[in-house]
Amino acid sequence: MISINGLHKKFGDLEVLKGIDLQVNKGQVIVVIGPSGSGKTTLLRCLNILEVPTAGSITIDEQTADFSNTVNKRTIDLLRRESAMVFQHYNLFPHMTALQNVMEGPVIVKKMSKTDARAKAEQLLNKVGLGDKLDFYPHQLSGGQQQRVGIARALALEPKVMLFDEPTSALDPELVGEVLQVMKDLANEGITMMVVTHEMRFANDVANEVIFMDQGKIIERSKPSDMFTHPKEERTRQFLNLIQS
Amino acid sequence: MAHMRKFQINGSAKMFWNNFAIDPEKMERSLDIAQSSLQPLLEGALVYTLPLSLITFVVGLILAILTALARISTVKPFQWIARFYVSAIRGTPLLVQLFILFYGLPSVGVVIDPFPAAVIGFSLNVGAYASEVIRAAILSIPKGQWEAAHMIGMSYTQTLRRVILPQATRVSIPPLSNTFISLVKDTSLGSLILVTEMFRRAQEIAATNYEFLLLYTEVAIIYWIICFFLSLIQGRLEHRFDRYVSR
Ligand SMILES: Nc1ncnc2c1ncn2[C@@H]1O[C@H](COP(=O)(O)OP(=O)(O)OP(=O)(O)O)[C@@H](O)[C@H]1O
Ligand SMILES: [Mg+2]
Repeated sequence: MISINGLHKKFGDLEVLKGIDLQVNKGQVIVVIGPSGSGKTTLLRCLNILEVPTAGSITIDEQTADFSNTVNKRTIDLLRRESAMVFQHYNLFPHMTALQNVMEGPVIVKKMSKTDARAKAEQLLNKVGLGDKLDFYPHQLSGGQQQRVGIARALALEPKVMLFDEPTSALDPELVGEVLQVMKDLANEGITMMVVTHEMRFANDVANEVIFMDQGKIIERSKPSDMFTHPKEERTRQFLNLIQS
Repeated sequence: MAHMRKFQINGSAKMFWNNFAIDPEKMERSLDIAQSSLQPLLEGALVYTLPLSLITFVVGLILAILTALARISTVKPFQWIARFYVSAIRGTPLLVQLFILFYGLPSVGVVIDPFPAAVIGFSLNVGAYASEVIRAAILSIPKGQWEAAHMIGMSYTQTLRRVILPQATRVSIPPLSNTFISLVKDTSLGSLILVTEMFRRAQEIAATNYEFLLLYTEVAIIYWIICFFLSLIQGRLEHRFDRYVSR
């Protein structure tokens, strides 16, 4: 489903991704962990082409882009459509209601009729447990509810892959559960997901595999049970000790 | 010296009252003039001052949005043109700009009628000042909004139209209202390039009956009333756009 080969990303002189290779199968849930600044966000952003990689190639489903050559806009658009992202700070459109936020992509980008888009948005908001908040503006919703709108907005694009960048780290602790539950349900439906998170319980329960990144490289990749009980690499061990203490 | 000043103040105060209030006959005449001049003044406002303000504001806003977009674009020449334009307009007096357009250009064969000359001059002015307001408003929208829009697949123009400008509009309403209110008052400078707007009417009437204080006060009050209603409209607009922000 996802195939990343030799992916590099530089910001000026700073090389943030130093050759990432990763294959993800359909329906897999991959959790990405690693210290701050290791490039986790940048990796997800490259998959959605919010950052243009400096070299390497990305394939999602049938769409490929090789960034070692110049890539045209059309290719970027097509590749971007294969994934949808849920942001750490939700990034909902504050001037639109929950319903309008979810309808926006289907109506404006996919040219779906308003009636169809509305029906779909209602169904998705119901699914994330916000069927009674359709006409609420983001500021009238709690953080957990806003993030669930963010998930519905991403799902409305019918992506092949869902990308989550620390979706619960801006939330008050009592609101984390409701968002993780929605993500768990999605995983059970067989949606392919890449999740950057420090929620180790979630990783343990839901992830098929965990990836540990450090300094722009993938250091270790294994099943959550293996990763958390006997990591192969010293750096992984140090990191896990740090976040578990 | 102090004695002299006191005398002068007393003298002018006396003149003021004589002219304005004490003498019932004079007061009646003043009221008559105020009343009979009201119609031509309001006509000047309705036919020139307000249309000039509205047309100019619309044209100026379009110019301002384009200039703001050029300023924040990554294309260097766009940035240069926009900077040059804003710098030239903001760095020179409005009255001088109007004089160049109306009295200056004919000497190179470009003759523009008073009203169109005023529209051009004021629009260029609004465009330059409002572009800074709009640029600041666009830059105040968090980067996450651009990213979310790109994520759902919107193009640059779709993002501007659907996500950025609607939010920037809310931020710009108070400063743009100021721009508009200033503009309404600045159109009085049009009198100097022969636009027969409200203030020029007042000058013309005063030239026949010498009631300068009366007519200029009257015209000031009409400007004030217009601007008062404009601030009411501003308040309503702000309220309407505030519905999606927590207070
Ligand atoms: N737009 C940018 N311009 C310059 N440097 C950037 C940019 N975005 C990220 N970086 C740098 O790239 C590095 C990796 O950042 P990234 O956000 O991917 O890390 P992360 O693993 O997500 O960290 P965190 O856990 O703190 O979110 C950091 O050193 C960061 O400062
Ligand atoms: Mg990050």
